[in-house]
This record gives sequence, C-alpha cells and structure tokens, in this order.
Amino acid sequence: MNSSPFLTQPSSVSIIMLKVLLALIPGIALYAWYFGPAILVSLTLASVTALFTEAVMLKLRNRPLQPFLTDNSALLTAWLLALSIPPLAPWWLVVVGTMFAIAIAKQLYGGLGSNLFNPAMVGYAVLIISFPAHMTAWLSPLGLGSTPLSFAEQLRYIFTSSLPSNSTLDAITAATPLDTLKTQLHLDRTVQHIFEMPIYGHIAGHGSEIVALGFLIGGIYLLASRIISWHLPAAFLGTLFLTAGIFYLVDPAHYAPPLFHWFSGASMLAAFFILTDPVTSPTTPKGKIIFAAGAALLTYIIRVFGGFPDGIAFATLLMNICVPLIDAATQPAVFGKKGTVPINKESK
Amino acid sequence: MNAPLPLHKFHGGIHPPTHKAQSTQHPIGQAKIPAQLIIPFYQHAGNQAKPIVAVGERVLKGQMIGMPQGHISSAIHASTSGTISALDMQTIAHPSGLQDLCATLLPDGLDEWIAHAPLDYPTMTADEIRHALRMAGVVGLGGATFPSDVKLSRSDAKHVIHTLVLNGAECEPYITCDDMVMRERAAEILNGAEIVRGLLRAEKILIGIEDNKPQAIAALQQAAMQGAHQNIHVVAVPTIYPGGGEKQLLRVLTGIEVPAHQRPTDFGLQCFNVATVYQIWRALALGEPLISRIVTVTGNVRQAQNYEVLLGTPVLEIVAQAGILPDTHSYIMGGPMMGFTLPTDAVGVIKASNCIIAASAKLFPPPPPAMPCIRCTRCADVCPAELQPQDLFWFAKSKNFEQAKKYNLFDCIECGACNYVCPSQIPLVQYYRFAKGEIRTQNKEQANADTARQRFEFRFSRIEREKQEKAAKLAAREKPAPTELPISDKVNEL
Repeated sequence: MNSSPFLTQPSSVSIIMLKVLLALIPGIALYAWYFGPAILVSLTLASVTALFTEAVMLKLRNRPLQPFLTDNSALLTAWLLALSIPPLAPWWLVVVGTMFAIAIAKQLYGGLGSNLFNPAMVGYAVLIISFPAHMTAWLSPLGLGSTPLSFAEQLRYIFTSSLPSNSTLDAITAATPLDTLKTQLHLDRTVQHIFEMPIYGHIAGHGSEIVALGFLIGGIYLLASRIISWHLPAAFLGTLFLTAGIFYLVDPAHYAPPLFHWFSGASMLAAFFILTDPVTSPTTPKGKIIFAAGAALLTYIIRVFGGFPDGIAFATLLMNICVPLIDAATQPAVFGKKGTVPINKESK
Repeated sequence: MNAPLPLHKFHGGIHPPTHKAQSTQHPIGQAKIPAQLIIPFYQHAGNQAKPIVAVGERVLKGQMIGMPQGHISSAIHASTSGTISALDMQTIAHPSGLQDLCATLLPDGLDEWIAHAPLDYPTMTADEIRHALRMAGVVGLGGATFPSDVKLSRSDAKHVIHTLVLNGAECEPYITCDDMVMRERAAEILNGAEIVRGLLRAEKILIGIEDNKPQAIAALQQAAMQGAHQNIHVVAVPTIYPGGGEKQLLRVLTGIEVPAHQRPTDFGLQCFNVATVYQIWRALALGEPLISRIVTVTGNVRQAQNYEVLLGTPVLEIVAQAGILPDTHSYIMGGPMMGFTLPTDAVGVIKASNCIIAASAKLFPPPPPAMPCIRCTRCADVCPAELQPQDLFWFAKSKNFEQAKKYNLFDCIECGACNYVCPSQIPLVQYYRFAKGEIRTQNKEQANADTARQRFEFRFSRIEREKQEKAAKLAAREKPAPTELPISDKVNEL
C-alpha cells in the first residue's frame, strides 16, 4: 500500500448482509409460531439451493468461491424469496425460484452488485406467473384450520405432496387476507363484513399481522444500526398509508383502512428488507424517496385494482427499471454549489 | 471571554481513532543536527527556487541558497552552517518517488548563524513585509506549502477580507505538531496573527481548534487575554475528520461554503495554518528564515514525540531519534488518511513534512481484497464535498471520464473518508486519483493537439496565400496591362 488512506474501518459486505439476516429473525420466529415450522423447511431449502447455485455459477463464470460464497448475499436472497412463497409449497417450487433468482437474476447480470433487479422478486415473479395455483395456497394460521398438520406431516407434504387421510388441502390452506378481501369485495360484501371472517385479526390477517410486526421490529433494528436509511421505509409506508387513507376516507365500505395495508402481505418486508436492497435501489436521498413512493403507489394499485394477490414484487421490479433514471435526475447539489454568492466578484 | 459563536456543520465526516495522545506526552524536542542534510529547491507551490550557491561553498545557517523565481515561489535556505557538497538530482519526499534538484549540505557542527536581526515590521510597508516573507521562505505549513506572501497580497480595494481564520483543527489522526505549537508558542502565534490581520485589513480573527485539544485551546485563550488582543475568537470545533480541511473549517466557523475552484478570498475570508502565522512572526520579529519545522514523529517508535527538525534532515535520522521498532516496514509522511509512503527513508524533511509515521503491518494492516460495490452509499453519507463517490467510482473504473467530470470529480478533496467506511474495502481514492490524472493528461494532449492543428492550419494558409500572391505577381509580369499600349500601336496592328 503506497497511497492513502492507510486506515479503513473493519466493516464488510458479509457483516452487513449478516445483520440483515439477523433482523429477519423476529419475523421468522413469529411466522413459525403462528403458522407452524414449515417456513423453516422452505428457508433451509432455499438457503441450500442458493449457496449451491451461487457456487456452480461462480465456477462457470471463473470467479473464486471465496470471498463471494461467504458474503451472505445469496442467503439473503434465499430468505426473502422463501418468505414470499407459501410455506407448504412443494419443495421444487422453492428450488426453482431460488435457482432462477441466483443464476439468472443475479449471476448472469454479473454477480454481487451488478444486478438491475431484486433477485428475490424476480424469483417470486417467475413463480407466480408459472405456478399461480401453488403460489396462492397459503397455510391457515394454526388454530384456524380444521385439522392442523404436525411438523412431520408438513414435511411429508412438502416433499411428497401427500396429506394425511383425514385432511384435505382446502382444510389446511387458505387465500391470504389480501386475496380474500379482493374476492369477497367482488361478491358485493363490505370491508366491515369481510373483516368479521376468522382469518382476520385486529388490524389485518390473524397471525400474519403479528409476523409483520416482527419484520417491523427487525426493520427498526436495521435503521438503528444504520444499515438502511430512513428514506426508503418512511417513503414507502408513508405513501402506502396516504394512498390507502384517501380511498378509505372516500369509501370505507369498499376500501380497507391504511393500517390493514401496512400489516398485510409483504408491506413490512418490502419497506425494510426488499426495497432497501442497495444494489437495486437509488443512491440519492431524494431518489430513494421517489423510488419507494412509486413502489407504494404501484403496490396499492396492483393490490386493489390488479389481478395478483400482492403487488410488492411487481412494484419493486417496475421501480427497479427506473433506478438509473431516478439517480440521474436526483443528483444533489455538491458542497459550495447551492447558490452562495461570492462578495468579491472581481476575482476569477 | 467571548460569547460562543454559532457553529455550522458540514456534511459527512468520520471519526477514525485519533492516536494523538502518544506524541503529546513530551514537549517539543530538538532534533539532532544530522551528518548531512538533503535540501530540495522545490519545497513549495509555484516555481522552483534557483540555486545561488556553488558546490564546495561554505554556507551559514539561514543563508539563502535558493532564490525565488517568478510570482509564486519562495526562497530556500541552509538549515545549518557547513559545506555544500553536491547540487544534484536526488529522490525527494513526494509520492511519485521522482528525483529533483537538491543541495547536499555537510554540517560543520558550529551551527553558525548568518547575520540577522529583528525587522522593524510595524514601520514597514505591506510590500516590504511581503518581500521579506518571500525571502524568508515562509510557506503554508499545513501541507499545501503555498507561499504566504502571495496569500497576503490579495488585500486591495477589490478584495474585502473581513475575517482571518487560523486553522488549528488538525483533524488527521496521529498528527500533533500544530497542537504542540499552540500549547507552547501561543503568544507568538497571536502576534503573527496580528501581523497578518494588519496586512489583510481583516476585522475579525477566528481560530478553529478541534475540541480534542483542550490544552491548545486554553493556551491560546490565555494568550489572547494576556496580550490584550481584540476581536480574536478561539473556537473549539467538533472533532470530526476532515474538519481541518480549509473549506470544511470555514464552513464550520462562518457557515460559508467556498465551492471548489473558488478561493476563500472571494467570500471575504482568508485562512492560514497556526504554524504558518507562527513562522511569519518568527521571520519578521526575529529575522529568522524558515529553516526548521515541528514534525510529529510517531507510529511504530519507542517514544513518539514532536521535534523541531532542520529542513533537509533525512527521515531515518529523526525517526531513529524516536527509536524505530524492529517490525517497521515503511514511513508515511503526513497522516494516515491523506499522507503517502515515502519512497526511501533517506529523503530530507521538507516544509510540508508535518508528520512522519513509522508504519508496520500491525499498525496498518493491508485491507482485505476489494469486493464489488453494493451501492450502499455509506461513502456518500460521509463525503464532505457532498459527492456521490459510488458513481464516481463507477465512472473512473469504466474510464467514463466525461461523466466523472460531470459528477464533479474535481471537487473531490481526496480526504479518504469514503475509502475509510467502504464495506467492500474498495480503494476509492486511488480510482479518483487515477481518473483525475487521466483527465489532466487528456486535457494536456488536447491542448497540444489544438496548438499543433492551429499551427498547421496557419502554415497551410500562409503557404496558400504566398502561392496565390506569387501566381498573381507572375501573371502581372507576363501579361502587361493592355491599357498601357499606345493607341498608335493598336492602329498599326490593324
């Protein structure tokens, strides 16, 4: 080393990614508590697949396995994707989605730091378009389904698609609270009536609202440890609240209240973990706000007026496309170039 | 003594470990006179000084050996008495490791001063004072080594300087030379500041010192009180790197942001390092030219300390005085954030040498291999120039120099804050230096090409013009004008 600086802070990409993984743990724990341990199986499946795919792709691309295999970025993609897929989905669904996310959306674009699109959301988009039936069969919260499966039974179903004789798929799975709301509204019921159904809890889905709270807590940890800045989550949640709030105020019978949107679907996950992927989001503070606000708006539109159960993935991908433009258009003024006027103008 | 000034903030900054305590345990020591001194003739911004001594000549301490040439230049002096044994190219203290013209001085051990006396500066004109400083070789000692006389000549009717700022922030880790000068020579600093204030016709003096130097702050406050100085404010500024950058300090103290490519004087401000105004006082009140400076000798040494070092003293000798520890592998001049590794330990201390750090693998472990940029923007969060370092990195790496310029690459002060926080451990500053160098080379080549083209076009058009003129002349001679024929001849032809 001949040139300064000779001092650097001991930080690394893998530590940052590890902290994000840690921040997911409260949400995951609550998920397992409310919906059974199946989610842990899909997380493990996704993790193993992600690392394996990453290793194979690095080899094919003639890149060293170290330090890339231990930078924890593939694991993070795997976890975010696994959390977006119904936990009882067959094993190959998780595997295909993860492989696509890592191989196509990340490594073929140039690996860590070079991908334009959020890999986990690309994986999700591929799955929901290719296998819509499997992607909408979500587990009912424990205690709501008629006969909840044991962990062994869940495992057996994931790997062999066979249920115990006394159970049917319909008995243990259900559409998500967001999806149910949409279909029930089509049946001319009001929001207030629909919310009386047992799958709804205090403000959103029974159980899932608490899981969302877990992700919110993890997000606050990320904010506090300065892994992410406030711009993205604040703009996302703010815009979502405002948009939902306006519709709700105009017609509360047909539009869910803003808090419902905050704690439903992947809102919290998006605000703190998905949109905040630094590689695929803008770098300027103003850009981050525009990006997240746009994502919130699109999410609401897709959720309420679109055909998909949740809008996060498509909103994210659509906004990912805009990132280079947003960055270029929101360059902040640099030091000394914000309009101060010299008093000695004669000088050059 | 004064109402606290409202302080301002600049964007970004970092808090690296300061490592300043170890070199402030002892007062400023006197470095030994070495066996030989290597004194470069180029120790300042501007033109190199012209040698005015011959090989074999005996010189006295303080005798001028290099004459300033041109508007921006400064004199060079013999640091002690002895014989000039060589005037030749030697490796100098510069990151390039290139050689430059140096005088080798063999001290005779007598340390015999040339005749000198205090100048009666209160009765001298501004021009006389500036000339005296130029001949005394006084340059900025904060690192930029800009000739002080030039900075003092900007006070005319056109340039209103209302505030003189003294930079005692010393934000770089390890460096404590300004701290020690302020602690030990506070009264002299203030006397120097008064001289500068007089020349600039400034009203106010602000002295910015980072709040991790309470003794220096107290010393200057006491000196201001005892010397009955008016309108001098000793201000403790927050300790944050690079708070001692000139433009960052001006921002903190006055709220004014001086843009890149503009000078503080455009905004009615002028800034001097505290050690520089001390040296200005010494040159005028004692008549002593700049032949030594305070150098922090620290890092991998037994006893870190500040020394008053004769200019030209080989780096190895002063570090040896502090006790080099065995695993030292190189020497850094300046701080660990903006300094550079010296090409050899034989180079002489120069006017810019504020600090010598003995470096070891333990003190400065090589960073792990760089990972790809993940656009986390920690660099942008800490950039005091409010740039987007991650974009500049991308443009520099892809050699997209036009975009780099558009994104204000040349506003980068190379403070290294971005580099310090980068989780991918990318040597960002190296990329910026590379891009700046490439752009400068391109500009020079472009300018050369433009000149060549203009010359060619001029020559071409001249040759064309001459050809046409020649042809016209020839035509005129061969075919005389018909009107000259007398009418009679015409008649004859018929």
